[in-house]
Amino acid sequence: MNIVALIKQVPDTYSERKLRAEDGLLDRAASDSVIDEISERTVEAALQLTESHGGEVTVLCMGPGSAADAIRKALSMGADKAVHLSDDALAGSDAVQTAHALAQAIKTVDGVDLILAGNGASDGRVSAVPAMVADVLDLPALTHAREITVDGTSVTVRRETDRGAVVLTAGLPAVISVSEKINEPRYPSFKGIMAAKKKPVTQLTAADAGIEAGEAGLASALTTVTSVTPKPPKSAGEKVPDEGDGGSKIAAYLVAQRLI
Amino acid sequence: MAEVLVLVDHLDGQVKKSTYELLTAARSLGEPAAVVVAAPGAAAGLTDALKQYGAEKIYLAETDRTDFLTPEVDVLASLVESASPAAVLIGMSADGQEIAGRLAVRTGSGLLSDAVAVGPESVTHSAFGGAYSVEAKANTGHPVITVRPGAAGAEPAAGAGAEQAVEVPAAARRGATVTGREPVTVGGRPELTEASVVVSGGRGVGSAEQFAVVEGLADTLGAAVGASRAAVDSGYYPQQFQVGQTGKTVSPQLYIALGISGAIQHRAGMQTSKTVIAVNKDPEAPIFEIADFGVVGDLFAVAPQLTDEITKRKA
Repeated sequence: MNIVALIKQVPDTYSERKLRAEDGLLDRAASDSVIDEISERTVEAALQLTESHGGEVTVLCMGPGSAADAIRKALSMGADKAVHLSDDALAGSDAVQTAHALAQAIKTVDGVDLILAGNGASDGRVSAVPAMVADVLDLPALTHAREITVDGTSVTVRRETDRGAVVLTAGLPAVISVSEKINEPRYPSFKGIMAAKKKPVTQLTAADAGIEAGEAGLASALTTVTSVTPKPPKSAGEKVPDEGDGGSKIAAYLVAQRLI
Repeated sequence: MAEVLVLVDHLDGQVKKSTYELLTAARSLGEPAAVVVAAPGAAAGLTDALKQYGAEKIYLAETDRTDFLTPEVDVLASLVESASPAAVLIGMSADGQEIAGRLAVRTGSGLLSDAVAVGPESVTHSAFGGAYSVEAKANTGHPVITVRPGAAGAEPAAGAGAEQAVEVPAAARRGATVTGREPVTVGGRPELTEASVVVSGGRGVGSAEQFAVVEGLADTLGAAVGASRAAVDSGYYPQQFQVGQTGKTVSPQLYIALGISGAIQHRAGMQTSKTVIAVNKDPEAPIFEIADFGVVGDLFAVAPQLTDEITKRKA
């Protein structure tokens, strides 16, 4: 079973993250970049599936040159090879363009049975790109998976969200997005880190993936950020020590603010 | 005036509050037209409530298709074609995002995701947990906009509610089939992202059993219960209640943080709350930097006292 694992490099959520005033895009220089946590879980899920069903894991990452670090991390965990879709022309692509671009890049990998992705990146607000990729490729999408079971030519997923759990089944090939609860990703071993240096990474430009000018990138995006305003940090209000009446003081504050 | 399609979110025969917020927001863009996709016989019971929030038209699409979320996408895509709406509004949720994303792909529309305000020219997003306010616009017709629950108010308004049955098209894409469902049991508490008051506990709560003090205060206030990542990672509370960058984003009227230090990770999920109250032993805890009122002290002394005070006031 051959799996493409979609991964993303994001600003570390434990560092301060900034947007550029001029175009509303992420200021990649302002914070540390790391492989998204959900991407590590995606790679782990892919590795577990190939460990029990055989096949190869190809990591696919769309992002600038610096995303090579995220790819290296995934390879050191045990993925077999990688495709890095990187082109200045792709910078600033919106979600719809990104879904089309990823779909094109997936088509460059032969014999794909499953496409795995995270259910939402920590730096975005869309959390729907896996289903959008599925829509472009006319594949079933099984999203927010907590458990994945592959049985011959079909796959079953336990999807868990606020609304409860749904069991979804579809034939292969299919797109699956994994939730935070799917697994605990492994740490790369020293051997894995050394082996990763020799694993093949295919560099794809937009043209290599068959993405034409005008189909991706900021200039042709379907949405445009018109302004970015940093919010003044919320200023601290009153802070009092508890002298046995802390609860009463909060109650008094809430009454004064007409909140209770 | 062009129609604005509003996908109706409903569960167990009830329209969700977020739908009323969408119908309210839709009035600033055009004529609100509610779209109900439901099992056969389940749509009719929802129409009265939709009329009370200004639905001028109600599209009723009943189907027994068992594919998941793709019927909604197919119905909306066909209505985008036939009605040429000014916009499509969908509530922000796991399901809503997926329907919106697929619809935008199908109709070649700009996708404006997680808006906190909607206007005729642009929408407003709150990025990185409220650190930035971002205005964005779609460069296409019929943009697909998802709106964060609780961000916009719901104002009743009488709507004509003209009903129109919609034929559900055959599946346009391969989908996944639903083979089982387990509804979530929230135990009578409001949903985290819809609640107007949220009481959250952090590492300082110390154990799963002691989360009872958080729940006690929450129940007195009719609030939802949240938890910080530290509390969830320590196994004190289930992950579905996690507030923060890797959990839910909430923006209630009142947020009470008990024993939460307030790392960026957590603040990103709650700092757009209107009023923030914090209780923490550590006077240097970063949560105090964004708290409107903070008490430096033991949450096990302060929270029960607050619970009692509120109970007394209600009596």
